[in-house]
Amino acid sequence: MKKQYFLNANIIDPKNSIEEIGGLIVNEEGKIEAIGKKVNKNNIPSREKYIDLNGKYIIPGLVDMRVFVGEPGYEYKENFRTLSNAALAGGVTSVVTMPNTSPVIDNVSIVDFLKRRGRDKSKINIFPSASLTKNIEGTNMTEFGLLQKKGIIAFTDGIRTIQNSRLMSRIMRSAFDLDCLIMQHAEDYELSMNGMMNDGVIATKLGLQGIPDLAEKIIIERDLSLLEDFNCRYHISQISSSKSLSVIRNKKDQVDFTTGVSINNLSLNENDIGDFRTFLKLSPPLRTEEDRMSLITGINKDLIDVIVSDHKPEDEESKRLTFSQAATGASGIETLLPLSLELFHNDSIKLSKIIKLLTSNPAKILKINKGNLSIGNDADFCIVDLYKPWIVKKEKMISKSKNTCIEDKKLQGQVINTFVKGLELFKI
Amino acid sequence: MAKIDKAIKISQKHLLGIQDLSIKDINLILDEAKTFISLNKSKNKKIDILRGKTQINLFFEPSTRTQSSFELAGKRLGADVMSMNITNSAIKKGETLVDTAMTLNAMHPDIIVIRHQDSGACNLLSQKVNCAVLNAGDGRREHPTQALLDALTIIDRKKKIQGLRIAICGDILHSRVARSNIYLLNMLGAEVNIIAPSNLMPKDIDRLGVNTFSDMKDGLKGCDIVMMLRLQNERMSSSFLSSNREYYEYYGLTPDKLNFAKDDALIMHPGPMNRGIEIDTKLADDINKSVIKEQVELGVAVRMACLKIFCE
Repeated sequence: MKKQYFLNANIIDPKNSIEEIGGLIVNEEGKIEAIGKKVNKNNIPSREKYIDLNGKYIIPGLVDMRVFVGEPGYEYKENFRTLSNAALAGGVTSVVTMPNTSPVIDNVSIVDFLKRRGRDKSKINIFPSASLTKNIEGTNMTEFGLLQKKGIIAFTDGIRTIQNSRLMSRIMRSAFDLDCLIMQHAEDYELSMNGMMNDGVIATKLGLQGIPDLAEKIIIERDLSLLEDFNCRYHISQISSSKSLSVIRNKKDQVDFTTGVSINNLSLNENDIGDFRTFLKLSPPLRTEEDRMSLITGINKDLIDVIVSDHKPEDEESKRLTFSQAATGASGIETLLPLSLELFHNDSIKLSKIIKLLTSNPAKILKINKGNLSIGNDADFCIVDLYKPWIVKKEKMISKSKNTCIEDKKLQGQVINTFVKGLELFKI
Repeated sequence: MAKIDKAIKISQKHLLGIQDLSIKDINLILDEAKTFISLNKSKNKKIDILRGKTQINLFFEPSTRTQSSFELAGKRLGADVMSMNITNSAIKKGETLVDTAMTLNAMHPDIIVIRHQDSGACNLLSQKVNCAVLNAGDGRREHPTQALLDALTIIDRKKKIQGLRIAICGDILHSRVARSNIYLLNMLGAEVNIIAPSNLMPKDIDRLGVNTFSDMKDGLKGCDIVMMLRLQNERMSSSFLSSNREYYEYYGLTPDKLNFAKDDALIMHPGPMNRGIEIDTKLADDINKSVIKEQVELGVAVRMACLKIFCE
């Protein structure tokens, strides 16, 4: 690999507090050699070719903490190859994959398979998570220690929630002993039973069973109470309502934990479901506009640490059904950044904060050296045209499944190139 | 073809819910229905304005009155009516609604009447077929022809809807009849009181423009119409109520509770009734107060009107 010079870029690297116009040098090994305002035309060798970015943005490759891949078991929905191509198109260079596959990622031997497939077929950094309980049944713990030794960096039942409080306390104790990260999807099953969307006037009008925001709040309250006694690395996968946020606000100075939110809940609300649009059947469900606004406030007040895509590829057949029968989830890894940029363009959140929640914050929670542009690190980054207008079209999506919940949405800002270890793997 | 009145225009292609209709549409259907009332009482009940038209009844849920009412309505207008028996069809073999729709569509029907246990099923069907779709009840969302026949019954007896106070009592949560009636009665200028125990009250229903009560005495005060709903035990997966006898004690319509309403208040019920649970059995049969049988009778006229209007 030849040395690469990128000049005249707007660089944002939240980890190193860089937010300036400057350049980036990637060395022959694909590592970052130099970065910042001191890298300019005057102090690079004059014979070297450079790329003038004309004020386009360089940001670290995104770290997406919540991604579903169909491998093994649901390869027709998404495999590692299609996932990484979709991720690269969205500037995502590291993902945490959910264990909800068939079979479930719950034992050491399946992790070996997964790592091999990830290495052979994926162009991005795959960090597999394993399940908290065997076969995500919510009864028996998996082998956190052995799985962690095999390279598992987080434990979660993905779309499932640990309902049993005693089991949850034991999980927390084990996680404390072994320094494991626990990620909980917060949903009380009794309260959310048969639920399909936010419980409110829209659900009443559409005649759909509602999922009350209490279903989320009550699990968060329980877990944070348990955490007072059994302190471990604990992360709430996603929150969707202002009720949950107020619990988080009250507990923030008593216990250590982190919180995520899906870009869908930050950008859309229950009204978008319209005439039974099954592509917007999500978990947690889209809630009211007031809830959405409160989540934005939560980010601005540092109560929410991470934005995720909650990328859940579903084939068309699983969505071409009545709302109650349709599968839950939306494909979104390639629109994570552009949709997040909407929050910058409409003055909801500062740009550097958005980038922080997409890069250095998740990396810090996961304890991985990704999502930054530190000298000597792998050159995982993307070049972004912040103002380029474009329209989301299902047929242009790269993911194997086209179940986007923002079809035909007009966005501003697009990823131009994505690099992993200094190699340009995506170009628009 | 020539016999269909070309002047009649409805704003919608399908009848999916009262929500989609305008007051003009509603009056159009009700006026048309009135013309069929006498026909249905006459000796020769058959006319041929829908001759050559094909009507398919697609009932995914058991139904007595709605299905027979739609079937009769189609036949009296001269259409070829086919009622699909779901238990014998490919749906039991795992065919999806969309595929069933495609299959039926290939047979070129002019109208499909659908009842389905899932809210929004008729909307999905309407996107996939070329003909008109009439909703005969979808989940707990809407049952437009029921609301229309209720309105026709009220107009028949009270000569108007504007200004009436109408109570809808019982299992509102699971009721598509309640939802369709709320939209329709509101549009036609009635004041709607909703009475239900909190467990059977849908969230934020007051935002649909109704008064909500958990006490029969308060809710029935000054009412011209008392519409009772069936307790839908089959849709209740967990404990909504402690017992039927307690429900009857507090929410069953008895002569005592009816006294809270106006003296000339009429009783309605979309059927089928749970006698002794939501309504006193004698009260249900009291011809001076109950118009339940009339509702069924006018139901045929309303469905004839809908078939005629939407077939065009």
